Amino acid sequence: MNEPPASALPGQDTPRPAGSDQTLPANARPVVAFRNVSIAFDGPPVLEDVSFTVGPGETRILLGPAGVGKSVLLKLTNGLLRPDQGSIRLFGEEIATMPEEKLFPLRTRAGMVFQEGALFDSLTVRDNVAYQLIQERVPDDEIDRRVRDALRFVELEETFDLYPSSLSGGMRRRVAIARALIRQPELLLYDSPTGGLDPVTSTTIIELIIKERDVNRTPSLLVTHRLQDAFTLCTHRFSAGQARMVPLPKGETNPLTTFLMLQEGRLIFDGSLHDLVTSQNAFVREFLE
Amino acid sequence: MAIDTIDKTAKKLVLTVQDYTLFAWRAFTNLYHPPIYWPEFLVQSDIIGFGSLSIVVLSGISTGGVLALQSAATLSAFGAAAVTGQFVSLTMIRELGPVLTGVMVSGRNASSMASELGSMVVTEQIDAMRALGVDPIRKLVTPRIFASIAMLFFLTIVADACGIAGGGLVTVFMNHQNGTQYFSMAWEHLRYPDIIQGLVKPLFFGYILGSIGCFYGMRTSGGTEGVGRSTIQAVVTSSVLIIFVDFLITQVLLTLLPL
Repeated sequence: MNEPPASALPGQDTPRPAGSDQTLPANARPVVAFRNVSIAFDGPPVLEDVSFTVGPGETRILLGPAGVGKSVLLKLTNGLLRPDQGSIRLFGEEIATMPEEKLFPLRTRAGMVFQEGALFDSLTVRDNVAYQLIQERVPDDEIDRRVRDALRFVELEETFDLYPSSLSGGMRRRVAIARALIRQPELLLYDSPTGGLDPVTSTTIIELIIKERDVNRTPSLLVTHRLQDAFTLCTHRFSAGQARMVPLPKGETNPLTTFLMLQEGRLIFDGSLHDLVTSQNAFVREFLE
Repeated sequence: MAIDTIDKTAKKLVLTVQDYTLFAWRAFTNLYHPPIYWPEFLVQSDIIGFGSLSIVVLSGISTGGVLALQSAATLSAFGAAAVTGQFVSLTMIRELGPVLTGVMVSGRNASSMASELGSMVVTEQIDAMRALGVDPIRKLVTPRIFASIAMLFFLTIVADACGIAGGGLVTVFMNHQNGTQYFSMAWEHLRYPDIIQGLVKPLFFGYILGSIGCFYGMRTSGGTEGVGRSTIQAVVTSSVLIIFVDFLITQVLLTLLPL
């Protein structure tokens, strides 16, 4: 456990190694709190009466089959969509009824990785990653330095001057992760970051997410329908010494990485990996099998 | 069943008009609060203005030429072929210059805006922009609308000039009339109300083509097929609106500035 710290993103404090302090204080204020949230689009509800929280340092993995409302839930989290009913608190502020203009500064505190990366195809990788910094009129020298640091974190420094069209699917996701990380967000939202990728590339992406979780301890909400990715996140940690993810000792799991599961718009599970695999809920059992 | 369909269609139409009004109002008022994206405005002005110059010049010359050909034949029957210059210049400046430029530029740029923004919507680039804390209406829509207004104003002047020149070429080389007479008639009978009418219209048409193009682009859904649908809707709606609003503006301006 006592390994040298891995490199964090620039401007950040010395990273805390993953280890024994991985417990959530009882009085910690949640970073995200959903309470009785429902939303519908010209038909039956997509999400109905959903309540859960994401605490500081927590990684919550949202599972469920395709089309169950996982991406909708993620977009509700940073106000890209608005609920029909219920309350959503982001960084302690109620965003369900917040005007769009007030949401923009709040959103800059959360990074989001979209399903297909959603890179701006008319901009270079440098300008994509630096998008927020350019809007904030940060000097060019500092932008270049921070972009290179972020790209180094996702091991894509050589793509600095390339356009997204010349990148593979996996590289685009990694650039999207670098874009989400560059301002050291207080929350990370991952929308199916490994969807449609081959197993090797998926592992690379999951390793990056574990690295971000263990090095920078950013709370996150991750949507996936791939159980393998979810279990890897729970049973591995990032080893700074070996500069790669390694499995936790047999029987151990990351206590701050927990699961949510949706079925037909309703949250039917909220708990740890152990709770998940021992759940007697028929849908959970079917999903796991 | 039929009433149900009519009811749904009417509600959808009212909702679209409401959405458009709010969208256009927000895009317009963005100009009065920072940040204003001037570089985007300049880029769009180049794309809309310089990019549309060739089609405006060609259509202006052709229209002026056709006007001269058609009017000369009719006017000569009354022994009034000498007023061809006046006819062409007034028609171009008051009506055909603004409307033709509006429709041509709309065909080129409203479609381009709808497809560009629509592609950004379906690939989640617009959501990504919002997630990064940037207002896409302020960043993408407002500069396009104001660039459309500014550029259509100047393109209309170019179209008017080209139309009168095209009419002059036809008058001199095809109708074998006196060029000096044509241009002096074109100039002498112009009055300020004519010019004001011709230059007020492109301001409205520019706003229509920019806001409609962006509106349909930003509400695209249904993947690449949806982008195609938005593009068609943008061109059709903006062209029809330009012609309809032209009728309204003409009526208002003729009341305010009687000839």
